[in-house]
Amino acid sequence: MLSIKNLHASIEDKQILKGINLEVKPGEVHAIMGPNGSGKSTLASVLAGREDYEVTEGSIEFLGKDLLELEAEERAREGLFLAFQYPVEIPGVSSTNFLKTALNQIREHRGLDPLDAVSFLSLMKEKIKLVEIDKSLLNRSLNEGFSGGEKKRNEIFQMAMLEPRLAVLDETDSGLDIDALKVVANGVNTLKSKDNATIVVTHYQRLLDYIVPDFVHVLYNGKIVKSGPKELALELEEKGYDWIKEAEPIH
Amino acid sequence: MSKDTEILEELTSSEYKYGFESNIEADSAPKGLNEDIIRFISSKKNEPEWMLEWRLKAYRHWLTLKEPKWPNVSYPEINYQDIIYYSAPKQKVAPKSLDEVDPELRETFEKLGISLDEQKRLTGVAVDAVIDSVSVATTFKDKLAELGIIFCSFSEAVQEHPELVKKYIGSVVPVNDNYFAALNSAVFSDGSFCYIPKGVRCPMELSTYFRINAANTGQFERTLIIADEGSYVSYLEGCTAPMRDENQLHAAVVELYACDHAEIKYSTVQNWYPGDKDGKGGIYNFVTKRGICAGDHSKISWTQVETGSAITWKYPSCILKGDHSVGEFYSVAVTNNWQQADTGTKMIHLGKNTRSRIVSKGVSAGQSQNSYRGLVQIHKRAKNARNHSQCDSLLMGDKCGAHTFPYIETSNNSAQIEHEATTSKIGEDQIFYCLQRGIDEESAVALIVNGYCKEVLNQLPMEFAVEAQKLLALTLEGSVG
Repeated sequence: MLSIKNLHASIEDKQILKGINLEVKPGEVHAIMGPNGSGKSTLASVLAGREDYEVTEGSIEFLGKDLLELEAEERAREGLFLAFQYPVEIPGVSSTNFLKTALNQIREHRGLDPLDAVSFLSLMKEKIKLVEIDKSLLNRSLNEGFSGGEKKRNEIFQMAMLEPRLAVLDETDSGLDIDALKVVANGVNTLKSKDNATIVVTHYQRLLDYIVPDFVHVLYNGKIVKSGPKELALELEEKGYDWIKEAEPIH
Repeated sequence: MSKDTEILEELTSSEYKYGFESNIEADSAPKGLNEDIIRFISSKKNEPEWMLEWRLKAYRHWLTLKEPKWPNVSYPEINYQDIIYYSAPKQKVAPKSLDEVDPELRETFEKLGISLDEQKRLTGVAVDAVIDSVSVATTFKDKLAELGIIFCSFSEAVQEHPELVKKYIGSVVPVNDNYFAALNSAVFSDGSFCYIPKGVRCPMELSTYFRINAANTGQFERTLIIADEGSYVSYLEGCTAPMRDENQLHAAVVELYACDHAEIKYSTVQNWYPGDKDGKGGIYNFVTKRGICAGDHSKISWTQVETGSAITWKYPSCILKGDHSVGEFYSVAVTNNWQQADTGTKMIHLGKNTRSRIVSKGVSAGQSQNSYRGLVQIHKRAKNARNHSQCDSLLMGDKCGAHTFPYIETSNNSAQIEHEATTSKIGEDQIFYCLQRGIDEESAVALIVNGYCKEVLNQLPMEFAVEAQKLLALTLEGSVG
C-alpha cells in the first residue's frame, strides 16, 4: 500500500529526513517512535504533502501511484488521512459544513454523487458514536474553543467520516488524559479493517497499550534505526532512547 | 386585447410618459455640465418647476465645492465636463441568442448559478423574457398597492407623489452635504422611491423590481425610502451580475427616513466591474447613503457586501435622532487585484438611550487597499448612548493593505463606547488543513472567508446570502498561491 524508499527531505535547506525506508501493507498498524526532533512529524508532513518541506531524494509509492507527484488534496482524495498534532481552528465554519465539503469533493474524485443533506446527517449520527463527541460541537466553529481532547477526538471523527485507506496519526496522544486516550484508541481500533492501514506517530509508548501495533520503528536523526515487533515499544519505555542512539542504523 | 399586447401597450405608453421619444438623437445631452444641461434633463423628465429649482440650487452649490481628497484612495482626476449627464436607455442591438453574449460574462453567470432565463434577461436577449419581467413587476406592484405601499421609480414618484418627494428629498442628505451628493442632486437620472404607510409591514423583500430596472438606471441614481410610524420594510439593492458599465463614475444618493417605531433594513450586494487584473477600467463607486431614525424607537440597519468596483467610497450612516432609536451597520468589503475600498459608517447619536452596533469585515488580496473609516459621535443630549464596534481585517498575501480609521467623539459622559479591532492573515495552516481533507484550494479559501464573514452574511435575507457567498468566492479566485 505504502512504499517509502530512501526518503530524504529538508526544510529551509536543513536536512531532516536522511534516508527513510518503510513498507506498509493493508491491514497493518505501524508505530513510529523516536525522541523529539528525530523527524517524526516531518515524515507525517511529507506524506501529507505540506509544501514547506522539500523532498531531495527517494520515492514514495501509495496504492500504485507516485505520491510525490500528487497535490496535497489529491493525496487526501486517494485515501491518505493525517490526524494533526495541532488541529487548526477555522472561525465561522462548522464541522458539519467543513466535513460535507470535504466528503463531497472526495466522492466526486471517486466518481460518486454528492451525499444529500439527509444521508450526510445520518452518516454523521452513525459515526459520532465512535468518538463520543457531544453533537453540539459539530455545529460550532471548527475546533474553535474546543478543549485539547475534543480537538483530537474530532480528528478521529473526521477520519471515521472520510474512511481513508491510510491514516497517519501524528502525536494524537499528546495532551490527552487517559479516558480521552481510550476513546480515541477505541475509535481507531473500530475503524481498522483488512483493507486499510494506520501509522501511529508517537513519542510515548502509552498509546500503544490501546492501539496495538504490528511493527514498531524507531526514528532517530532522520533515519529508522531499529524496527521490531510490538515488544520493542516496551523496551523503549524501559530503557529510554539513549541506547538506540548508539545502535547501528539498519538498511 | 391579449395579455402580451396589453403589456406591450403599457410598456410603450409608459416610455412616452417619461418623455423618451423615438428620436434617438435628441435623447442624449451633449457632454459637459452647465445650467442648460440641468434644464434639459429636467424638461426631458417633464419635472415640475420646484424640482428644477432644487437641482439648480444643488448645481450652484456644487460649483463652490472642491472634490474631496481625504479618502485613502487614489485615481486619476475626473473631468466632469467629459461626462454625458443624460442619455435615455440605449436602443442597443440586442443579441439574438446567448451564443452572442460575451463568453466571459456567461462564465461568470454560470458560476453564480443564475438561471438561463435570468441570464437572458440580464444580457437583454429574448424579448419575451423582458415582457415576463415587466408582468412580474406589475403583479408585485398591485399587491403592494393594496397595502398602500408606494414603490416606483423616482421619476414616477416626482409625477405621481410630488408632495411626498418634496417633503423628504434632501431631508437626510441635503444638497450641500458633500461634493458628490451635490452633483447627484443636480443631475440625478432616476432611482427608486418607496413609501410604507403607518403600521404596515411590507410583506416581501423589495428587490426584484430594482433588479429589473437596474440596467436602465444611470450613473447618478437616487433612492428615497420612507417608513411611516410603526411600519417595516426590508429593501435589497443589488446587482449580483457584473455590470460592464462604460460609466466610470457612479455617484448615487440613498436617503432613508424612519418615523416612530418604524424599521428599515437596507441590504446591498455590490459587484460592479472592478477593472482588469492590471487595474485598468472599472467603476468608481462614490455613494452617499444615510438614514435618519427621526422617530422614537425607530431602527435602521445597513448590511452591505462590497466585492466590486475599482474604487468604493461609501459610509452608510445613521442619524439616531429619536430617543431609544437603534442604528446598525454590517459590512463585508472584499478587495482583490488593484481594487481600493474606503468604507465604513457614521453613527450620530442625538437622542437619549440610542444604541448602535458596527460590524465590519475587510478582506484584502492581491495589491488591493482596504480601509475601514468610521465615526461614532455622541451629542450632548444623547444620554446613555451605547455603541459597540468591531472591525476585523483579513489579509491574503503580502502585497495588500488593510487600514482602520476609527473616530470617536463624545460630549456626554454617560456614553458607553466599545471598540474592538483585529487584523489577521489567512493562515497557510488553515488552508493546508482543508487540503488534507480533500478540499481544493479555491474552495478552502471560500470556506475560510465565508466563515470569517459569517456574522455579516447572517444578516442578509437567505437567497441574497447564498449569492453573496458565491460572489466572495468568485472575487477571490486565484488570489492564493
